[in-house]
Amino acid sequence: MKTTKPEKLKSVRYSKYGYWFILPFFIVYTVFSLWPLISTFYYSLFAYTTRNLKETITFTGLGNYLKLLGLADGEKAYFLKYLGNTLRIWVFNFIPQIALSLLAAAWLTDSRVRLRGKGAYKVLIYMPNIITAASISLLFYAFLSQYGPLMSVLRNAGLISQNSNIMSSTWETSLAISFILLWMWYGNTTLLLISGMMGINASLYEAADLDGASTWQKFTRITLPLLKPILVYVLVTSAIGGLQLYDIPALFNASGYIGLPDDTSTTVTMYIMRLHSTDTGRAAAVSIMLFLITVLISLFLFRAMRQSESGRRRKKAEGGGQS
Amino acid sequence: MKKRRSAPENPVLRRQRRLRSAVMIFLCILSLLPFYLMFINATRTSNDVKSSISFLFGSHLMENIATFTQKQKGVGITAWGSMGNSLLVAVPYTALSVYFSALTAYGLYAYNFKAKKFAWGFILAVMMVPTQVFAVGFYKFMLHLGLIDTFLPLILPAITTPAVVFFMRQYLAATLPLDILEAARIDGSGEFHTFNTIVLPMMKPALATQAIFQFVASWNNLFLPSLIISSSGKKTLPMFVQMLMGESFRTDYGVVFLALSITILPMFVMYFILSRYIVEGVTLGGVKE
Repeated sequence: MKTTKPEKLKSVRYSKYGYWFILPFFIVYTVFSLWPLISTFYYSLFAYTTRNLKETITFTGLGNYLKLLGLADGEKAYFLKYLGNTLRIWVFNFIPQIALSLLAAAWLTDSRVRLRGKGAYKVLIYMPNIITAASISLLFYAFLSQYGPLMSVLRNAGLISQNSNIMSSTWETSLAISFILLWMWYGNTTLLLISGMMGINASLYEAADLDGASTWQKFTRITLPLLKPILVYVLVTSAIGGLQLYDIPALFNASGYIGLPDDTSTTVTMYIMRLHSTDTGRAAAVSIMLFLITVLISLFLFRAMRQSESGRRRKKAEGGGQS
Repeated sequence: MKKRRSAPENPVLRRQRRLRSAVMIFLCILSLLPFYLMFINATRTSNDVKSSISFLFGSHLMENIATFTQKQKGVGITAWGSMGNSLLVAVPYTALSVYFSALTAYGLYAYNFKAKKFAWGFILAVMMVPTQVFAVGFYKFMLHLGLIDTFLPLILPAITTPAVVFFMRQYLAATLPLDILEAARIDGSGEFHTFNTIVLPMMKPALATQAIFQFVASWNNLFLPSLIISSSGKKTLPMFVQMLMGESFRTDYGVVFLALSITILPMFVMYFILSRYIVEGVTLGGVKE
């Protein structure tokens, strides 16, 4: 805290410079993000129809939204369909991912059972996260496609029937994409959880040890509750990332911007890519709905963070000198 | 005071350690196996790849390279060409991203101006907004500006990477004492001069970590280039990978695996050189795009 007058004056004189430092960010953000977002909303209010190479644009209000949600006559709820595909892929990646990451993080931070080569484990399980997702997707596709190496070997060994094909099954394709995501991301989640677990006061575990608590009890009564903020962070960032899911489903068992089989692995962003040049209005409406869902999820994060913060403050106020 | 690992210990703990090590080793193998088999298959003929899995290198690498070289002539760009394009995008992207994020973070950290709170709140709020939600407007706007099929729309948004600003601000708050700036002012150093010559060098560790992640994010990006780039000569690496799905490659498995190996190799090598910093960076920043 500055108290003397001349110094205060000086800092006021310099403080204006702050604007110059942050100006480039705000100009470029307005031009390349904010303005496109506003114009996307504007476009979403118009119907774009092309007949005989001539594009006609008519104002339709929320017409595009109603159509995409299946609320207009004879329109299929494509937005809900592709959102469903996206969520199905995300959920079956996230549930095993969080379980596996919790396990790996708990093992890698356990001070009682010290593992050797922790550094190497971290490096290797994180590695797939860095490699180009497009290449990884095509790599798995090549292995798992009907005449690819893995399926041929299983077929020759009589373990699967002659004409079985992952790529013609909705659930198998969807689960394969979930597996690729899980495989790419659990290392990242594990590292985040490790940093969260390292922040937990070791004396809590020592006290629990003295009381004869089991490993499981310590995990559920100490680790999990104290890890809640970082778990919420992981959940939210993963959900928002999951909603944008593009690279992997666009290359794994897809043709054009259609996720095979039969349009059942098409994600919301693949739909945006499919529509953006032909039906701008509808693509824009899809984008805005995706934006609104993202905002809702983010608000959930901020609320949870604030709650845990105020909870901590309350506890501190109540418990006074706990430690 | 450290307990020796070799000290005879509780057999229950020992069994636990063996079990856990076995699971961790299995997970590590799972990470490596697809890449290992990919490199192996790149050296085998299409028929061999289709009929069996092998853990030993084959003898057809040269043939596959020759076929691949021949085939990529048909798609308008080579793997190396697309990597060159990716570099042309990713290098300036990374430089702009770390420089301007540091600049913005410094402005928000070192000065007390009226709109500071609002500006910081704004950056936090937009941190979660993904490109995908304004892609339609972005595309139309670039079309108006005549920037479609150029690299500029892929590079310029690097100036605004809120997550990096957030990370840099936290880093500055933890490492940069404001007294240094006072001292620089007394020495007559201008504000931007102070930032460029004193603050920036002090931020080197943060800049390096973020540079790695921003480079990787740009190099791996498929969505935005697919939206902006149309001519085949300008395609980036992930777009080249997408072309491998096409008819001309699809049928020859050996060649597909070779092509994938070529597209993955640079990142693979980079990762194992920088892995220590990368793994540390994930844990430190907790920032992902």
